[in-house]
Amino acid sequence: MNAVVDILISASFWAAVIRIASPLILATMGELICERAGVLNLGIEGIMVIGAFAGWMAVYQGLPLWGGVAVAMAAGMLFGLLHSTLTVPFGLSQHVVGLGVTLLATSSASFAYRLMLPEVTSPPKIAPFQPLHVPGLSDLPWLGEALSQTALTWAAFAMAGLVAFMLYRTPLGLAVRAVGENPAAVEAQGLSVTGLRMGAVIAGSGLMAVGGAFLTLSAFSSFFFEMVNGRGWICIALVVFGAWRPGKAVLGAILFAAFDALQIRLQQTPLGAALPYQLFLALPFILSILALILMSRRAEVPAALMVPYNKGER
Amino acid sequence: MSEGKGAEVVLRLDRITKRFGALTANDAVSLTLRRGEVVALLGENGAGKTTLMNILFGHYVADEGSVEAFGQPLPPGNPRAALQAGVGMVHQHFTLAGNLTVLENIRLGTEGLWSRGHGGARAKVERLSRDFGLAVHPDAKVGRLSVGERQRVEILKALYRDARILILDEPTAVLTPQESEALFATLRKATALGLSVIFISHKLHEVMAIADRCVVLRHGRVVGEVDTHATDKGALAALMVGGELSLPRAEARAPGAVLMKLDSVSTPDRGAAPGLKKVTLDLRAGQITGLAGVSGNGQAALAEIIGGLALPAEGTILLKNAPVTGWSPGEALARGVARIPEDRHHQGSIADFDLTENAVLEAYRSRFSRRGWMNWRAAREFAETIIAGYDVRCPGPETRIRLLSGGNMQKLILGRAMAGGPETGGPEIILANQPVRGLDVGAIAYVQSQLIAARDRGSSVLLISEDLDEIMGLSDVIHVMSQGRLSPGFARGTMTAAELGLWMAGQKFGDRDAA
Repeated sequence: MNAVVDILISASFWAAVIRIASPLILATMGELICERAGVLNLGIEGIMVIGAFAGWMAVYQGLPLWGGVAVAMAAGMLFGLLHSTLTVPFGLSQHVVGLGVTLLATSSASFAYRLMLPEVTSPPKIAPFQPLHVPGLSDLPWLGEALSQTALTWAAFAMAGLVAFMLYRTPLGLAVRAVGENPAAVEAQGLSVTGLRMGAVIAGSGLMAVGGAFLTLSAFSSFFFEMVNGRGWICIALVVFGAWRPGKAVLGAILFAAFDALQIRLQQTPLGAALPYQLFLALPFILSILALILMSRRAEVPAALMVPYNKGER
Repeated sequence: MSEGKGAEVVLRLDRITKRFGALTANDAVSLTLRRGEVVALLGENGAGKTTLMNILFGHYVADEGSVEAFGQPLPPGNPRAALQAGVGMVHQHFTLAGNLTVLENIRLGTEGLWSRGHGGARAKVERLSRDFGLAVHPDAKVGRLSVGERQRVEILKALYRDARILILDEPTAVLTPQESEALFATLRKATALGLSVIFISHKLHEVMAIADRCVVLRHGRVVGEVDTHATDKGALAALMVGGELSLPRAEARAPGAVLMKLDSVSTPDRGAAPGLKKVTLDLRAGQITGLAGVSGNGQAALAEIIGGLALPAEGTILLKNAPVTGWSPGEALARGVARIPEDRHHQGSIADFDLTENAVLEAYRSRFSRRGWMNWRAAREFAETIIAGYDVRCPGPETRIRLLSGGNMQKLILGRAMAGGPETGGPEIILANQPVRGLDVGAIAYVQSQLIAARDRGSSVLLISEDLDEIMGLSDVIHVMSQGRLSPGFARGTMTAAELGLWMAGQKFGDRDAA
């Protein structure tokens, strides 16, 4: 038990929690925008892969780091455009389209990798984002270490605030929330259901891709095919966990990241020698499922989630 | 009312034609609306009223014809243009987002999406709700409001956008008589301020009460246009249905023994839908029991109890004075409870099954199979008997039921219900839940006359309906449901619609509890 307490009070643990939570927060915000507008985006896993690849490749080709972020976002938005074109005006099954986009995006990344680096055996490294030195804050004893984070992490948390502000404080957010609840209400007020939903999916997909790019540009310095590793699916669960609210979803992401950071450290304790390591790997997922069951009971699901809207149909 | 024929024309529909496949919903319909007047658009279900208004508002695009508001042509298929031209529509199915507040629903779409929004919205809504008598709290979540309150939000939405023309599509269908009166008061205030109103309805007394002029639609065509001062209900009814039909009215008859009794039955609330609150109800042989009330007040829970779909949390069900055991849909059918479900599309039939399959859905195991094998020959003969006996217009028993009109679908379900029961001697109890909703007038008359015939053969009929005229015309005894509570039974002719309305609004229940 003491080992766990020692872990929980160490600054390096919390630094890791914030680092692990960042890509989850970015992608969760993306998914949340899509679902608030009434579209389930199961393309998230593949869009994170393409974002991770595109951002890394752009930087490897000589772009600055923020240029890599922009390229990743553009790649994500492109797949968002594909997803929303099929699901919104054509009204196709959001499950099938989403899984299709995931497969297409993942294999596109693989194809482009082989095409651009045919001779390479191990993926080249880039110089990733470095922890930002914040005057004053970074010199504080415990907090300074916990908050020693890259600019992209700060951006992720700022993005969550921005999404919350957009949803609850602007006319645009009002329209997004309404279109996920009752598209007929939006149409009757003279707004375009198609425009709002496609816009939400494209913007959301851009955020997911930046979440993927965080992995290559901030967390690691290279690209591996298995690096996204189910994080996209976790983000879909986090949206439910957060009851479609940005603030609660951020808390969910931090909670999951804490489980993840904890299990890595637990493996190095005497407990880790006694139990098989797979158990530790499964721990965050098991705890997340439990939290999901407890938290999402009373959630208000957007009423028109996964319901295509066909104008003028009787 | 105030300005008469000389006032300026604010809206002109010119020879609007709209087809849905083979169906011509509107056939060269023309209509004009003047400043400060209320025009009623009267017609049976399916006459094309709602289609016409959806074209006006830009939800549908007309195949032919044009719309002009305040002298300017309206581009087709563009709700935003209609809104900007000052046309506001209150849809039959409200277009509100339940997760937003009243104020948010009203503001939606009125501001640039990227702007900060303006601060005057709340003040304007409060002023409008005062001026027009539309009491509703701006910060209430719409999902928690009553139907009457939601309608007020819809009207406020239109007024907030400075609508000069209000279109109300069947606005009273979901209201109690008292709420309807309040709505009429609002409309009178609106026309006094120079607004114009199109009022869609199939209820004659409302049209007579509120409209200056009345345009009657039948089968998508304008069949008459009259000043309401210069006509009466009878003349309008004749125009509306073509004068060929009158609805059956049941004559009084001495009731028989109690076939089914619910004894202080209660069920849990289900979200916003109230459960039953100690409901005691006798269903007698040879009697039509009418159940009035605004929908969503526990009628569904009661129908589920009687049909065997749900069990009471408290209280007992007695059949012929014996408590029932193992109550289930199958048991209910076996004990002679026949059902005409509220939703014939989802509960009453399977859309892609043919008529034969749908006809034997309730009895395929007991009567149309032997040792696990279907007897399709008998099933088909059974379906043919229903088709012939109940005048189901269809190409044949192998037609998929989704291709039938609502009226013909309902006739098949009616025939199926009437053929059930112990040893097929006919059902003892018929649960008719909204049996004529959405049917044309000919089908209505047919279904109602069959219910009366079943009563005369000694069946007990429970008629659940939102339509007070239907309830009062057919029932031997009337109960009212409100918030899951059941009123005492009122014998035929002892209550006026207004008195029943007070019960529907729940006001009388307090009196009884106090007494």
